[in-house]
Amino acid sequence: MSDVTASPSAGEAGATAAGAAAGLPRFTAAERALHWSVAVLLGTAAITGFVLYYGPVAELVGRRILVRDVHVWTGIASPVPVVLAYAGRWRDEVRRDVRRLARWSRADRRWVLSRGREATAEVGKFNGGQKANAAFIAGVIPIMIVTGSIMRWYEPFPLDWRTGATFVHDWTAVATWLVVVGHVLFALSRPPALRSMLTGRMSRAYAKDHHPQWDEVTVSES
Amino acid sequence: MRTIGDRRYEAQDVGPADRVPDGEGSPVGRRIVLGMLGLGALGVAVGSRVQSGIETALRPVTQNDPTGLSSFLPTGGGFRIYSVTPTMPSVTTADWSLTVDGMVDTPLDVSYRALLERPQAEVTHDFQCVTGWRVPDVPWVGVRVADLLDEAGVREGATHLRLYSFDGVYTESLTLDQAGREDVLVAHRMLGAPVTREHGGPVRLFVAPMYGYKSLKWLDRIEVVDQLVPGYWEERGYDIDAWVGGSNGRQGDEPTS
Repeated sequence: MSDVTASPSAGEAGATAAGAAAGLPRFTAAERALHWSVAVLLGTAAITGFVLYYGPVAELVGRRILVRDVHVWTGIASPVPVVLAYAGRWRDEVRRDVRRLARWSRADRRWVLSRGREATAEVGKFNGGQKANAAFIAGVIPIMIVTGSIMRWYEPFPLDWRTGATFVHDWTAVATWLVVVGHVLFALSRPPALRSMLTGRMSRAYAKDHHPQWDEVTVSES
Repeated sequence: MRTIGDRRYEAQDVGPADRVPDGEGSPVGRRIVLGMLGLGALGVAVGSRVQSGIETALRPVTQNDPTGLSSFLPTGGGFRIYSVTPTMPSVTTADWSLTVDGMVDTPLDVSYRALLERPQAEVTHDFQCVTGWRVPDVPWVGVRVADLLDEAGVREGATHLRLYSFDGVYTESLTLDQAGREDVLVAHRMLGAPVTREHGGPVRLFVAPMYGYKSLKWLDRIEVVDQLVPGYWEERGYDIDAWVGGSNGRQGDEPTS
């Protein structure tokens, strides 16, 4: 994927068709690589986890130890892209976006509580739903790795812990499936947002409408 | 004030004063992550105790659910399928037979058809796994292990059974006293149907008063011996006498038989 840098002035109001197609730079190549590699790893862990857990499918698929190993190691590998994203000269933009995701304004909270109906004019680069999703996934990864490891390498742990870890792993898995399915449905129903995670760019019109306080929007308008 | 896109700015209790640049504001993301980690740790600590409460609370939903969606929830009413080999073994009823040998007067070789022609016992008990899940009121049909042992004739000096799975790996142990109970079966039906492959079919063991790992799946041999040979999980730290509620540090479980 190319990583063209558009100057903010390239897409002024009344921009040419070419300028509008280019859109605003939203995600760097490193960020997209981070997103999609975590998506593949967690997606594989989620699907293999379902196969292990749901009897009729387990019987159909068989090869239980292979499925288990794929599940365990894709799950354990899921923080690796995060480490890599912080390991190179591309880290600055990653860090800036992580900070944007982690920090909430009062408007973000209201946006979430009203399910996106209120405070829409206050939304920055990321809306409250995107922020909540990012925080949830950031919490899920360590929870699943720790509880899953207790389940997989149970010998040093008391049986009580193994039961508790199974309990947490199962219910967190159910919650994660719901959140991830929601995330995918939101993405599919908002093509410009999905496209921005594929190409790195978001159309100016969509950005103005949905992320009016994103600095790429406000800077280029002033 | 600027109009943004075609949306009108609707300030109620949020106004420009509440607007903060991206990257400023409260560290809610960190709070969410730390909160989740705290809940996760708490769940590991108390999960074995709250799980049964959740299962009881959800039972009215999971047992009257026309959509079937609740079968995806990690609650009672569902068996978890565990096996210790890469694939689930597969043997047809025509090819299956049970060997009873070791310290017996007459070794037996019982075909599936012959098993079904013997006197049958029906029992209904909860099925409790040592990792916490419990399936209420599972009906089982099979032949009592005690009847098979009587027929084979256990020799003087024998004390234990070794039970073998045709997965080639899994084994279990029982004392002769335990195996003589009326609720210990060589089972060929569970849940009102022949035992399916994933549940250990065509024939498995059912040991009502003990944790699930005693109810060996894919049974094809019972050997009568004069010493304890610990089974698969027992070599890996599980209790040899696996009474529900009285072993493996799980005093909170209600006995199943």
